[in-house]
Amino acid sequence: MARLNMVKALNLALLQEMERDDDIVIIGEDVGVDGGVFRVTEDLHRKFGGKRVIDSPLAEAGIIGTAVGMALYGLKPVCEIQFSGFAFQCFHQIENHAARYRTRTQGRLTVPMVIRMPFGGGARALEHHSESEEQFYAHIPGLKMVIPSGPRNGRALLVSALRDPDPVIFFEHKALYHAAKDEVPEESETMPLGRAVVDREGRDLTVIGWGGMMRVAREAADTLHAEDGISVELIDLLTIAPLDAQTLIASAQKTGRILIVHEAPKSFGPGAEVVASIMEGAFLSLEAPIRRVTAYDVPFPGFAREKANVPDAARVVAVARETLAY
Amino acid sequence: MPRTRVEPRFQIDYLSILDSDGILDDALDPDIPPDLLQRMYRAMLLGRRLDERMVRLQRQGRIGTFAPIKGQEAAQIGSVATLTPRDWMVPSFRETAAMLWRGWPIEKMLMFFAGYLEGGSPAPGQRDLPITIPVATQLPHAVGLAYAAQYRDDDAVVMAYFGDGATSEGDFHEAANFAGVWHVPVVFVCQNNQWAISVPFKKQTHARTIAQKALAYGFPGIQVDGNDLLAVYAVTKEAVDRARNGDGPTLIECVTYRLGVHTTADDPTKYRSEDEVKAWEKKDPLTRLVPYLERKGLRTSGVEEELDAEIAAAVERFEAAPAPDPLMVFDHVYAERPPHLDRERSEMMERLAEVTPGRGDDGTDTTSLPMRGQRMTRR
Ligand SMILES: Cc1ncc(C[n+]2csc(CCOP(=O)(O)OP(=O)(O)O)c2C)c(N)n1
Ligand SMILES: [Mg+2]
Repeated sequence: MARLNMVKALNLALLQEMERDDDIVIIGEDVGVDGGVFRVTEDLHRKFGGKRVIDSPLAEAGIIGTAVGMALYGLKPVCEIQFSGFAFQCFHQIENHAARYRTRTQGRLTVPMVIRMPFGGGARALEHHSESEEQFYAHIPGLKMVIPSGPRNGRALLVSALRDPDPVIFFEHKALYHAAKDEVPEESETMPLGRAVVDREGRDLTVIGWGGMMRVAREAADTLHAEDGISVELIDLLTIAPLDAQTLIASAQKTGRILIVHEAPKSFGPGAEVVASIMEGAFLSLEAPIRRVTAYDVPFPGFAREKANVPDAARVVAVARETLAY
Repeated sequence: MPRTRVEPRFQIDYLSILDSDGILDDALDPDIPPDLLQRMYRAMLLGRRLDERMVRLQRQGRIGTFAPIKGQEAAQIGSVATLTPRDWMVPSFRETAAMLWRGWPIEKMLMFFAGYLEGGSPAPGQRDLPITIPVATQLPHAVGLAYAAQYRDDDAVVMAYFGDGATSEGDFHEAANFAGVWHVPVVFVCQNNQWAISVPFKKQTHARTIAQKALAYGFPGIQVDGNDLLAVYAVTKEAVDRARNGDGPTLIECVTYRLGVHTTADDPTKYRSEDEVKAWEKKDPLTRLVPYLERKGLRTSGVEEELDAEIAAAVERFEAAPAPDPLMVFDHVYAERPPHLDRERSEMMERLAEVTPGRGDDGTDTTSLPMRGQRMTRR
């Protein structure tokens, strides 16, 4: 056991899996000598050399495209896109190829690979360094879309992603990198992909979140408990796609009231799919309309106005009270 | 059929006029008019001193992360000074000196780096695009602008800036190819500062030069000592004139060096040696210019003090700017605000009305930062 922040915990996952599996190679901008701009690949270049930890030229399509080739050959590439805002430069490689090779060749050729990207706001960073784009990937059949909410589940989910036979998009929330430390066991742990967890049991209202929004959701749950005596059930989605509808439906049947918190804009965002899945499975249990607390439907407004745009606990509490009073 | 050579072996010129020891090749001196030369020197110095001031502002948390220009002043001013206000300037994210030359007020630049979108808004009629952060993505825009200028029979030229790292992106190659095929009046100015964050030039491309990439797209490429104001000016002027005369695009590779950090979130000691930096400090673009100006009797005293006062006044205006109105996030999303944004705007308005007004409660973020080297920004 060691107390690690998320950067160190993810680094541990990469280190241990690379020791275990020689086919794992890391490729990305500044992932080698520099150890990644957030230091998630720190020291791996020194330990494994430039052949396994590749400082690529500055080209996202090149990173993902060559990684698809490596994966087709049997290697297990772990790509780092420096910020999720720059993954549109390789979106065609992800959608056209990484997601489709299995189907296209009817299972003959597959591309098991992990694409890691820092995402999300709260880092007081400029445009393209603060957005949340999970819905783009969650919408693509053939991809898995994973977002941890802390060091321990981050490490375990990354290990699972590395051992998964399919391409996994792995989002790391920037505001979580140094936010909190968890006790992380020395021995490798996994967590199943495609499974949400009940972060906190409750009776009156279910709040569903993921990534950096789990902190907001927990704070809101504490306030609702302290000020209103409300028992909130918190669900941490962990995998956005494929969605664990069962866990969500079970919670909806229990509490009858649902609130979803996400950082991406609302319209056509990831919350819509969560709403639909619950409606389909637990319609008769619902006591109130399902509500979403999200960023507004505006392009990133500059970090000086970011806080007004991204959900905070006060907003969650206010909407929760409306849901409870419905 | 024998194997025949369809293209002669190419060569790439490298131009240097005033070298790092201050030695001048008289025959090549572009004889920049004295007042222009003085303005250019002043602009380089302004770039350098604002850079230093911005590093301090960032450390104090008054602006966010930004990309310093130290070492690249000649590459920027030598090139941008060849444009007229009717020409277009398309920057990347490290062109502070060039942007100031084009008339961006210092306080607007500071607003940008303090996280205000207002900082990206050009003045009415100003023929500049704002800072572009995704590397190389601005380059096709430059080619499109140049096409449109040609379409309208304007004699405007477009100058686009980017780094060595940018030449690895597809957008660079697509822009260059379109520019060649369309034969449009665009000048590509690459500041090869030897590094793309931690990745050295030799890992970026296996080619000897960036200039030679132009040849594959059918237009000229030339390398220039990017720390030599005179050489950058001479080469760029030629390219701008050619573009204006309908003779198509040029790629200019300014061989320079980033003397400072990549951005204020970067730690260069992780990837490059002190010796390398020291060697390049000897080639500082400003140092070699001083004796040249003195020989011409163009060195005036008190410039530093004037520039510092100009910067101080701009910082004051920046700090005096009113607290941000968060409701502005709903402006300028569309020409006309659609109903769902009206609803969201009302919701935010109600929500903010409940919060006690005052700084820190006005919707601005005052929490600290997780990103390395970044500091909190509070105005
Ligand atoms: C498409 C894209 N990928 C990655 C980044 C992150 N990034 C910002 S600057 C930079 C290096 C740029 O190097 P270069 O083009 O040489 O310009 P320089 O920073 O040296 O001026 C990187 C990788 C980005 N901004 N955009
Ligand atoms: Mg560079």
